[in-house]
This record gives sequence, C-alpha cells and structure tokens, in this order.
Amino acid sequence: MIQARNICYHYKGCPEVLKSVGFELEAGQFLAILGNNGAGKSTLLKCFNGILKADSGEFLLDGENLMGMTSREIARRAAFVSQTVANTQMTVHDMVMLGRRPYMKWGVSEEDHNIVHSAMERLNISDLRGRFLNQLSGGERQKVMIARALAQQPKLMLLDEPTSSLDISNQYQVLRIVQDICHNDGLAAIMVIHDLSLALRFCDRFLLLRRGEVYRYGDCSVLDARAMRDVYGVEAKIAELEGRRIVLVVQ
Amino acid sequence: MRSVRSQLENKGQNSAYRKNQTRSIGFLMLLAVLLFASALLSLRAGSYNTPVGELIKGVFGLSADGKINLVVQNNRLPRICTAILAGAGLGLSGCILQAILHNPLASASTLGVSQGATFGAAMAIIVLHMGGGLGISLLSFAGSVAVALIILALSRFKQVSPEGIVLAGVAISAMLSGATTLIQYFANEVELASLVFWTFGDLGSTGWDDMKPMALVVAVLIVYCVLHRWDYNALLSGEETAVSLGINVKKMTVFNMLLCCLTSSIIVANVGLINFIGLAAPHIVRRVVGNNHVYLIPGSILAGASLLLLSDLLARTAIAPVILPIGAITAFLGGPLFLYLLFRGGRSK
Repeated sequence: MIQARNICYHYKGCPEVLKSVGFELEAGQFLAILGNNGAGKSTLLKCFNGILKADSGEFLLDGENLMGMTSREIARRAAFVSQTVANTQMTVHDMVMLGRRPYMKWGVSEEDHNIVHSAMERLNISDLRGRFLNQLSGGERQKVMIARALAQQPKLMLLDEPTSSLDISNQYQVLRIVQDICHNDGLAAIMVIHDLSLALRFCDRFLLLRRGEVYRYGDCSVLDARAMRDVYGVEAKIAELEGRRIVLVVQ
Repeated sequence: MRSVRSQLENKGQNSAYRKNQTRSIGFLMLLAVLLFASALLSLRAGSYNTPVGELIKGVFGLSADGKINLVVQNNRLPRICTAILAGAGLGLSGCILQAILHNPLASASTLGVSQGATFGAAMAIIVLHMGGGLGISLLSFAGSVAVALIILALSRFKQVSPEGIVLAGVAISAMLSGATTLIQYFANEVELASLVFWTFGDLGSTGWDDMKPMALVVAVLIVYCVLHRWDYNALLSGEETAVSLGINVKKMTVFNMLLCCLTSSIIVANVGLINFIGLAAPHIVRRVVGNNHVYLIPGSILAGASLLLLSDLLARTAIAPVILPIGAITAFLGGPLFLYLLFRGGRSK
C-alpha cells in the first residue's frame, strides 16, 4: 500500500505549492493526478522519489518511509518515467539496462541481463534491442522508458505526462501497457496527465488538486461537472459512451 | 529468466545488438593498436637512428649500446609516456565534461581552464620575473584551479545551468585572454619569448619525476570514471531521470568537474597549452560507438593518447631536426578533422 501524508512543499522564495496533501493507494491500482497548470501535480510526483525534497510529511510504501531513504534505496522501490524522452545514440538494450543501475555494484551481472530481456519482452520491444534510441519513433521510445522503469523492479511507477508528445494511437498503446502492468503484475502507478478522457479510460483512482490542496480523491465519480468547474474553471459534462465515461467541455 | 534470454538469442533478435557491440569493441581494439604503433614510431623517430629491436631492448636498459639505453630511457620514453598520459587525461576530461554539462562543446579549453593556466604562466614570467621551472608550473596550476573554482561556484551556489556554465567559460576565457595580452604588452623581449614558448606546449621537457603527479591524477580519473560509467549514461536521460535512478546529480557534477579541471590543470602546467584533444577525441569515438560510456570512456582515453602521440610524432619529424610546437599541431590538424566530422554528420542526417 502507498500512503502520502501531509505533504508540503514550496519552491525557494515562493508560496507553498503543496499544502498538506495526502491519499492512499493499493497495490495494483493506477492513479491519475489531475488539476490545472500550477496545481502542484508534477511537484507532488517528484516529491515521491526524491527529485524534490518535501518540506514535511511522509511517503509510506508498504510501511517504509521513502523520505528517510537514500536515493538508491528509493530507486529500488519507485521508478520514474519523465515526459521528456531520451533521444540519444544509445541502444535500446543499454537504455533498458540503466534500470538496473540501482542494483549494480561493479558491473552488469547475468541476472541484470535476464531482467532486462524480460522487461523488453513485456513491452514487446525485443526486436528493437540493437537500434539506437534516436532511430525510434516517439511511441517506441516511450515504451523503452517504461521497460527501463520495469527493469528497476519497482513497487511503484511514477509517470509524468507520459503521453504528452505521442499521437492518439501511441497514447492508447502506452497507457494500456501501464494499466496492464498494474492489474497483472500488482504494481501501483501514479500518473500526472492532462487528458481527462484518457485518465477516465485507463485509471482506477483520481486525485484532483486545486491550488496545491486535495480537492477530491476517489474513483471516477469524483470527476463531475462541479469538479470541472471548480478545478479547471470550465463548464463540462461527463457523458457515457458504450459504457465509458468521457469529458465534454461545453463552455 | 534464463530461458527467456536463450529464446531471444535463438530467434536471432540479438544480431543488431551484437553487431553494435562487435563494432564498438573492434574500434577500441583498433585504437589500442594505433596507440601501440604510434608509440613504436615515436620511439624510433629522432636523430639517433637505431633498429626497432635495439630500441625495445633500450626500453628495459638491455641494449648492448649504453647510449641507446640512455637516449631511450631519458629522452624518448619519458616523451612518449608524457604524450600518452596527457592525451589520455585530456581526452577523458573532455568526455566527462561533455557528459555532465550536457554540452558537446565542453572541454578544459572551452571552459577557460587552459586560459587560466596561461594567465598564471604570464603572471609568473612577466609580472613576477620567474625565469622558469617550478614557479611557472605552480602559478599556471593556480590559474587553472582558480577558473575551475569559479566554474564550480557558479554551478554549486548560483545554480547556473550546464549550458550557462559553458557560456560562462567562454566569457572567462575571453577575459583571461585579454588580461594575458595586457600583461604581454608590458613585457620585455625575453619575457615575451619565454611566454610564447610556454604556450607552444612541450612534451620533451617532462622527466620521470615531473610525470608522477600527472600519472597519479590521470590514474585516479580513469578508475573513478570507469567505476561510474553507468552514471554518465543515466545523465543522458536527463537530470530528473538520473536522480530517479539513484544518482546524486549535484554531488556528481561538482566532483567530476573538480576532478576533470584538476587533471587538465596539472597537464597544462606540465606540458603547456594543448587545445583540441579534449574536444576532438570523445567526438571521434562517439561517431563509432555511440553515447554508451562503457565504450566511450576507454575510447576517449585511447583516442586522446593516440592523437597527441601522433601529433607529437608529426611535430618532431615534419621538418626535422626542428621540433614544431605541439599545441599548434593539435589545433592545426584537429580543427579541419573536427569540421570534416561535423559536416559529414550533417550530410548523413
């Protein structure tokens, strides 16, 4: 289980961005952090794995407080997929191998190789193994980043707008993979995303942030017309189409 | 797990990866052979013409001719070792600076470390009227360390971005070049000649004892970088990803900059200004092996050492017995080579 309790954060010389944020998430669940620009979504995500140091509060992962751990210890428990995808002249295999960095001592072991192969198999990118990242499409590169995160063997996956630079087909592919990993492998995933319909399609839990505070937290029912008005300042309807909820902005 | 890997290998999905690996390892071996061949040629070059067999015996002091032992052990071998050490150190420093500053133009010379050394030498020769020896080396070392500390302070306390640091290096270089020119304006002819000779760079004046600090710092740099090779790879994915992989990026940046600047400053203080090796060596290797530092680090060491050794060989043999300034040779040959690589890359894209 993942628990965030009373998380506060402020950037140097600025007012508080996160004000006593808290929520709980079970293993195997996929959480979407939603809110308008500047609500503190990415800040909260980055506080989880030590990219930013929270002013106060605690992040508990199966009872262990991540905030008291070294960055290497955190990296063995929580993997991060950024919105900016590496575009460098490094092979897919080597990039996925980076996920083993928190476990490496002097070099790469046979076990590391096996885990990397399994992660690539899981994402169905084994045939790209010898290709350089800068020869791949955006969707393929994002899959490589998720494979790298899987190679970290984490209990929690953190995704910062992973679909922001992808076309609609790749958006669905990538999120379906993450959803599948959560539901079948028992990993928890927390994702910052702007596309509400995509969030409703793939996520199980929703955390709505407004001006650094939790506005609402729960299942898809938290995202209603009033929440849209209060959080985003727009008039919207939540419609159902073939059993799926979608957001229609009216005004 | 084992079966998954075997299955993949059986399907032949690894062929492209294996091809890349083979190409990278093959290129490293080629560089090692080039370095060995350059060392042999360099051992042979000189007015004292001797068969290679005798020269190799001379390396171990086993030649029947005592003069050969003397020339090899006191003259040619220290020169070769200095070139290898300096080239390896400059090549590796450039490779690491480029990785931690996320900038392909980063090197000791573009960050102003080399210009700091020149300014220190100018102070020693012209302002303090030091004739030569240890005083010039110490002040040139102090000059480059001072620049390294300014760069570090900008990085650490002012949170200047990696791109900003390189721009700051360009500004510091320009400022120090101007200050050096001003000092030169007030110099007499002898002092001016002495400073100009120092800036030419000279691999021949370093003896076994002078080489020890250089050897120590280059060895420390190599061991450290090889042990942290995967950390440099992680930095390629961005600072946030590197932190999420368990790397203390700020600490790593500061420590690596300190180590690289220290290495470059000790090399410049010993052999004078040798530009371009730190910039060109990693780029040449990168074009073949890519950005994986598992191959890029040894490649930059070997390429840097080979480039400097070959440049020195050319400097000694082009219009022998006159020995041309090594700094000018590296810049003169390296510049067009670098331009060729850049434009060739542009066309292929």
